[in-house]
Amino acid sequence: MLAGGTAFTLLLRQGLIRPTTVVSLRRISGANRILADSHGGLWIGAMATHSTVVRSPEVRRNWPEFADAAATVATLRIRNQATIGGSVAHADPASDVPVMLAALDAQVIVRKPNAAPRVPIDQLFIDTFTTSLAPGEFIESIQIAGRGPNTRAVYLKYTPRSVDDYATVSVAARAEVEEGRLRAPRIFLGAVGGRPMRAMSVEAALGDGTEARAFADAAALVRSDIDPIDDVRGSAEYKREMARVFVERALRTLVA
Amino acid sequence: MSEHIIRFTVNGVRREQHVAAQRRLIDVLRDDCGLTGTKEGCSVGICGACSVLIDGEVISSCLLPATYADGTTITTIEGLARGGELTPLQDAFITEGGFQCGICTPGQLITATALLAAHPRPTDTQIDEWMTSNLCRCTGYHGIRRAIHKAAVT
Repeated sequence: MLAGGTAFTLLLRQGLIRPTTVVSLRRISGANRILADSHGGLWIGAMATHSTVVRSPEVRRNWPEFADAAATVATLRIRNQATIGGSVAHADPASDVPVMLAALDAQVIVRKPNAAPRVPIDQLFIDTFTTSLAPGEFIESIQIAGRGPNTRAVYLKYTPRSVDDYATVSVAARAEVEEGRLRAPRIFLGAVGGRPMRAMSVEAALGDGTEARAFADAAALVRSDIDPIDDVRGSAEYKREMARVFVERALRTLVA
Repeated sequence: MSEHIIRFTVNGVRREQHVAAQRRLIDVLRDDCGLTGTKEGCSVGICGACSVLIDGEVISSCLLPATYADGTTITTIEGLARGGELTPLQDAFITEGGFQCGICTPGQLITATALLAAHPRPTDTQIDEWMTSNLCRCTGYHGIRRAIHKAAVT
């Protein structure tokens, strides 16, 4: 299944995939549309490009933090071609959009031969380049529910080398914030494991109604929630330390 | 590998090409259309040397399956000047020293053309946001930024 084609073209040239048949989703009418529902939610067609999301008045109104996250992806040229559905299906753990969608509890509408189930996006990601999609299944759209009056979200991407790089570490966080206290946090990290990694220990330590002075201790627990590798973007130990730093920054940003 | 017929307009000329499914747009532009002004640099979508406009949007032609060009309107570096007359942007790249060795220049001009279409009077920040994805190893970028400002006010 071919969406925008950016990752596909690279995988093909590197010999990492050898498809016998390729079906493009490009001409499916309406598959790139973005709609807002009456509860402040979003329906994002799988073939919407990152640039379409960045420019979308519907996304800007309902979830501007998602538009901001999409704007951090690679370069303008890639954002003009690469699609949201393609990014999710490709399941590159260093990609930005899957991490943010996980923190926003997005639902993926999967097309099967005789059904179109809604799958929580957290259940879709298995490992690097691996999803729970079976052969013949593809992503039709992605839905994000509307926010409450006190919902805050943020996406922080740490790119020490250049702005168009993949993240060394990225953090997506969402929570309800009242009078400087943080409730129901959802925290996911990118580029530190085979899939968007949920900061379970941090979420558990934060509990309900946490004040900012507890953020540093909670953020330190992220080290055991992630499984980074040594690579050109930093050693595993460096990424654990940056994960701690950026989780704390994300929490402080939520209550700021 | 299957063969496909694609029809597109490049620099105002309508074309019909037979392409194998695995070919990229840059291969069709350079090898089939003879439009060698579009350069291949990194081949992985980072450097911007292969930038072209598809229906007005800048993309990396090294990453676009050629079949995706079917039904589109493409502008390459050869399509900017008309009748031997350079665009104000091309003139400004010359007078402001917006290039040195020249390998990245077609891509720089294509991206800057799209920038000026979207923002006729861009700020430094807008220029940096748009041009950050076109790498140049000679100029240090200041000449490129000056050229874009100059073309914007001409």
